[in-house]
Amino acid sequence: MIPIKVLVPSGVLGLGFDLEALNNGIKNNPDIISIDGGSTDSGPFSLGSGTSKYSRAAIKAEWKSLMIAREKANVPLVIGSCGTCGTNRMVDWMENITIELAKELNQHLKIAKLYCDQQKEYIKESYKLNKILSLNPAPKLNNKVIDEMSNIVALAGAEQIQECINTGADIILAGRTTDTAIISALPLMKGANPGSSWHGAKVAECGALCSTNPTSGVVMVEFDKTGFTVEPMSKNAFCTSQTVAAHMLYENADPYILYEPGGYMDVTYSNYYNIDRKKVRVEGAIWNSSINYNVKLEGAKIAGYQTSLLVLLRDNNYVKNIKKWTDKLTDFLKKEIYERMDIDSSEYSLEFRHIGLDSILGELEKKLGSPVEVGVLCLITSKNEISIEIAKLINPFLLHFPLSFNEELPTFAFPFSPVHSNRGCVYEFALNHILELDDPMDAFQIQISEV
Amino acid sequence: MSNLGEKVKKIRSKNAGPFWITIDVFCGDKKIYKDVCNKLKNAKISSLFMISEQDLKRFEIDNLNVIKFSFPRKIIQGDIFDRDMHGAQLAVILSEMKF
Repeated sequence: MIPIKVLVPSGVLGLGFDLEALNNGIKNNPDIISIDGGSTDSGPFSLGSGTSKYSRAAIKAEWKSLMIAREKANVPLVIGSCGTCGTNRMVDWMENITIELAKELNQHLKIAKLYCDQQKEYIKESYKLNKILSLNPAPKLNNKVIDEMSNIVALAGAEQIQECINTGADIILAGRTTDTAIISALPLMKGANPGSSWHGAKVAECGALCSTNPTSGVVMVEFDKTGFTVEPMSKNAFCTSQTVAAHMLYENADPYILYEPGGYMDVTYSNYYNIDRKKVRVEGAIWNSSINYNVKLEGAKIAGYQTSLLVLLRDNNYVKNIKKWTDKLTDFLKKEIYERMDIDSSEYSLEFRHIGLDSILGELEKKLGSPVEVGVLCLITSKNEISIEIAKLINPFLLHFPLSFNEELPTFAFPFSPVHSNRGCVYEFALNHILELDDPMDAFQIQISEV
Repeated sequence: MSNLGEKVKKIRSKNAGPFWITIDVFCGDKKIYKDVCNKLKNAKISSLFMISEQDLKRFEIDNLNVIKFSFPRKIIQGDIFDRDMHGAQLAVILSEMKF
């Protein structure tokens, strides 16, 4: 086989990349340009609300550079997990940006869209047929939970991206896809070593994070029959056998095994060595096909409506007794909320976090120092927007609540007006499951358009 | 007795998807790596992170002189009670442990 070169401009669209490095990449004649557009890494809000984490302007500016680069190289440009969460709506959002840019750049394009949204009825039916299996640890699943989810997506793998490549599209806008599949799809199609196709994809999925200069972004991976070679495209970036091997540790619970649709990759016996100062050669990864073809599911549902308040305390006696203060305040507020609003404490969550004391580690915190000031973050989450009203009820007590009843009324520091911040609807992840498919395209659809 | 963080090159933690936390201890050289592998017991790690020992996965990666620990999050990423979505501050629990 002729080696296949995949150019990866950065770990994700929206994070930026070195334009000079991108141009170096184009000069090296890639066969495809692949970039990730999303992740669950920022929490459940993106999937829950079906929106992009990055601004449209940032996405458009970077996509413009990639569309220009694609035209120069005259190869397909693939983006996976459009708009962070990879819902159908976000694929259409990305198409809208692409059409705008095609007009501005006077480009004529064939676009393939890969849709990954899952209908609730289909998920319920699959669940009934035991085609949905839980991973460890998995949130509880039943029909009610399925109904409560605002978005469910399945993660596409190499097979679905290959279907898109086969349409001859110039640009592929994929919904939720594994980070690696957009990179491994073409080399796998062209007969590259399967284990190494996935391994090289895993190494390059965060762009230049596998090099000495992570922010430079751009890397090229060349795949062949026996392995792959990875090289950063920036003048100031170098790959070493250590930086490449160490990348398997990053964000992976298991540093050797990576599950993908249709099987898993095992890099236990991989060898890494430098070919020259910049390039690393890797061989030895193994691909194990599974009997069933499984894809991972992601889903999010509304956790509630949240309102926050922040009060700052500098009074030494209160700083020293801050936990006692919030414990007393909690009991008092629960009573007040019940008496004045007729809302039982089971209908909302009220939480105080002590910033400066243990707000990050909570019960795991071993060091309790003596801070000069403490911030108390109050979080109210309720099933509906009543959390705003509860916050307003809490407001004066947060400002003036005394530790003992025989003292002058204290007044603490509010840094904001209004004091409360309406955080709106907040979401939670509701799936850590896989879906078994008879055919890889069963849960996915492709749409072709020309602009 | 010094802190583990002073002995090794680097300790980092990160979420691995929404449901897992993973911690990498980069020991720097073989001697320290062997020493840390011997002395850092799973029971101690489990108690520091308040998880059961059965839930703790341990990997000793000889070629990188790295010891890696992974465990399921008690609170799923982005849950209303989550305090650190990326779990990247959890590394200090290991760096500040007496060694």
